[in-house]
Amino acid sequence: MTRSLHRLLVTLAFLFLCAAPALAQVSDAAAIVQKFGGKQSYDHTEAVISELAATGDARVARALRALREGDLYWRESDEAVFIAERRGDEYALFDPITGESAGSAPRGDMQKVRVKNSIRNAVTGALGSLTLRSDNPAQRMRAADTLFSEADPEMIEPLDAAIAAEQDASVKARMEEARASAMLVSDRSAEDKAAAAKVLANRADRESLNKLTVFARSTDDPVARAAADAAIAAIKANIAFWNQMQNVWYGLSLGSVLLLAAIGLAITFGVMGVINMAHGEMVMLGAYTTFAVQEFIRSNAPGLFEWSLLIALPLAFLVSGAVGLVMERGLIRFLYGRPLETLLATFGVSLILQQAVRTIFGPSNRQVGNPDFMSGAFNLGLMSITWNRLWIIVFALVVFAALLAVLNKTPLGLQMRAVTQNRRMAAAMGIRTPWVDAMTFALGSGIAGIAGVALSQIDNVSPNLGQGYIIDSFMVVVFGGVGNLWGTLVGAMSLGILNKFLEPYAGAVLGKIVVLVLIILFIQKRPRGLFAQKGRFVDA
Amino acid sequence: MKSAITWMQKTAAAVAIAGFGLSGAYAQDAKPSGEPIKVGILHSLSGTMAISETTLKDAMLMLIDEQNKKGGVLGRPLEAVVVDPASDWPLFAEKARELISQDGVSVVFGCWTSVSRKSVLPVFKELDSILFYPVQYEGEESERNVFYTGAAPNQQAIPAVDYLMNEGVERWVLEGTDYVYPRTTNKILEAYLKSKGVAPEDIKVNYTPFGFSDWQTEVSSIKEFGSAGKKTAVVSTVNGDANVPFYKELGNQGIKATDIPVVAFSVGEEELAGIDTAPLVGHLAAWNYFQSVDTPENEDFIEKWRAFIKDDNRVTNDPMEAHYIGFNMWVKAVEKAGTTDPDAVIDALPGIEQANLTGGVSQMLPNHHITKPVLIGEITDDGQFDVVSETEDLVPGDAWSDFLPESKKLKADWVELKCGNYDTEAKKCLGDTAETSN
Repeated sequence: MTRSLHRLLVTLAFLFLCAAPALAQVSDAAAIVQKFGGKQSYDHTEAVISELAATGDARVARALRALREGDLYWRESDEAVFIAERRGDEYALFDPITGESAGSAPRGDMQKVRVKNSIRNAVTGALGSLTLRSDNPAQRMRAADTLFSEADPEMIEPLDAAIAAEQDASVKARMEEARASAMLVSDRSAEDKAAAAKVLANRADRESLNKLTVFARSTDDPVARAAADAAIAAIKANIAFWNQMQNVWYGLSLGSVLLLAAIGLAITFGVMGVINMAHGEMVMLGAYTTFAVQEFIRSNAPGLFEWSLLIALPLAFLVSGAVGLVMERGLIRFLYGRPLETLLATFGVSLILQQAVRTIFGPSNRQVGNPDFMSGAFNLGLMSITWNRLWIIVFALVVFAALLAVLNKTPLGLQMRAVTQNRRMAAAMGIRTPWVDAMTFALGSGIAGIAGVALSQIDNVSPNLGQGYIIDSFMVVVFGGVGNLWGTLVGAMSLGILNKFLEPYAGAVLGKIVVLVLIILFIQKRPRGLFAQKGRFVDA
Repeated sequence: MKSAITWMQKTAAAVAIAGFGLSGAYAQDAKPSGEPIKVGILHSLSGTMAISETTLKDAMLMLIDEQNKKGGVLGRPLEAVVVDPASDWPLFAEKARELISQDGVSVVFGCWTSVSRKSVLPVFKELDSILFYPVQYEGEESERNVFYTGAAPNQQAIPAVDYLMNEGVERWVLEGTDYVYPRTTNKILEAYLKSKGVAPEDIKVNYTPFGFSDWQTEVSSIKEFGSAGKKTAVVSTVNGDANVPFYKELGNQGIKATDIPVVAFSVGEEELAGIDTAPLVGHLAAWNYFQSVDTPENEDFIEKWRAFIKDDNRVTNDPMEAHYIGFNMWVKAVEKAGTTDPDAVIDALPGIEQANLTGGVSQMLPNHHITKPVLIGEITDDGQFDVVSETEDLVPGDAWSDFLPESKKLKADWVELKCGNYDTEAKKCLGDTAETSN
């Protein structure tokens, strides 16, 4: 009995002794975190961060992350530090170390621990060394990336240990790159550095080029220098290749925007011959429809936000289509065959629509949110491809295909082509030509509205949205060949790519001028554009 | 929610009571009477610039309204005359002429872009009237008839660059819209950076057209420029609408403020109201006023503004504060001169002091610019700015930049020298070469 009691006591004592340093560590870290409280200078905050990093305790990561995101607050009454989350008029408080709930406080009682960019960078650096041995591979990956850009020779040994313990091959590779980048700025041997240069040469991106250039500038060892120079040359070639790829991609992306903007005009101007200066405003109406749909969803059914663009598509088509229909019936049909009057009248309509939108929605930009699937980017080689641009290219092609199908496979399309090719004959065959005119114009306007939904994702939703696209749209349609949808597609894409290849050399302003001059020269040579309409009806 | 409602009710009641009290007290003696003094408001209410200028028109209406409640000026009520120059530069000149000669206004508050200001200048000179110009501009100008209440380059651009240098930036991208303000500002900044020892290959200047929306190439070349082993920052004089797609593209391509910060001179609360600011957190702007500045004057101003515009979410911005300062200075000058006669008011204005909304007292200088504090703010996730740096004293506006060789020797002084471009080397007033008869 006494023996077992004795044993129990010893065990307890042992447990206590083991636990004591851990407890001390927690309270230590907690005490340091509390130093964030009160009105402090940025220098003080930065000093506290390095103090926290020096504890080597992974549990301070929570507080540091909150600090970086601007979620770390202190209470005015006692300067105690909490992680706070806004809940209506109150803040829900959490312990900065354990993350346990710590009650709540009214908004006026809490002050944010102030951060700026240099503080955020300090936190990122501190987190890098703290989370290198984290359980979460994604966090280890981020830590390795941070250490790569920090390039701190002190971290070589911790990195060696982490590399030896690492199971995940991709994380391991990043850690080796981080080690190499630290190696280049360390005082290790030239052989080590040459090996590090090779590791970076394999990574072959701008950041490693960056590190190697700095290294090549500073080293005086011939072996290491030769290795660095070879690596730099290899990376530069790689970057040059990807730059060209990126230009093509940017060109396609710009082309798809041009295509979207112009495709409705390819119907109203291309097929019907109406110089519709209010085309841009149809695009704008589509964008504002998206805004209205998102506002409605935000206040009534927040869960549907991801679907807001899909919901907006048919509505934008209907809104712009209806406005187009009213325009055609109320104005344009009286002006067929009088292009100058049509130009002036539709220009007037465009001003009226702009001012109407300005009166209803106000002159300032409206915020149209990006659903999650349209935010962010992914990397392909050295190119970063943004999701919204990718989806817009896909969307432009889908709209193009759908329109082609409507024109070639449906009765409406057949009648449209019949009326534009030979109006009298079509009428004699029993087609109601005025009705077809109205429907064609409404279709073109509706398509412009759909384009507005897509453009709301990349441009400002303001009353002036349409003005930015009207010139480009006419340019694409005329260049591609009036009356030919394929011409519009090829025209948009080639103008986009041409523009993006000129831009890096000539700059955006001059690039655009060069494109315009080239188009003028081209139109002199081929007045009917890329794909000229042929046949008897051309001049009818 | 409930507490918000009761709070609003309380405020409403308090305002009502205060209103009664005031109207009771002033009913007999201070009710402005007599012929109204006309105040012209020349801001675009349609066209591209409507987005920025409409707010300023409303702000002016509010200030005039307030002044009338306080008893007007010289015992006479103020009457606003609003015209719409429709973002059309030549129309600005026509409308200015209409305001001065037909409506007979005593003073005009207006213009936003530098082209519109340049377009109305001859009209104000010819008809001898007063223009208060509330927007930050490129400097290199000082006219007898114009009072510049926005920032000159030394009150915005140069302190911003100083701040970034302190933060360790060594490589600079000067990105601007292609017109006079960015071009002149960048010329000044380039000269300034070089004078601070920045190598020419560490400066990249790039311009884009008005309303530019496809920023992919520009942003990726910024990214490339920024990967040369030195801390890089972008100084943006990109104007108006083009900012939103620019910032969106920065966010999309993953350029964070901690890697390559962008400091903007034309992005304020109003411009941020149209974007999701989460990806922009940490990017910077330099102004002389932020809505987030915590002073009683500012709180009062925001409250009045929201009540006037009947929208609890409307933001205030820097040019609004400039109009606030300018308008109050004009009122004081008219009262000092005892008349609204432009010549008397122009002579009375230099030296007039007016408390600004950020806790200092601004003064009208002999060169027709004012003293202002310079604030650097970081964008926060609620579309506001968190002030990270502030000049200790107010900075006097400098009409002629000291960093351009052609303007270094020039000095503007309308009190002693009676000249807007006095050549301190040749010791003579250059005057207006176009109108030597004046």
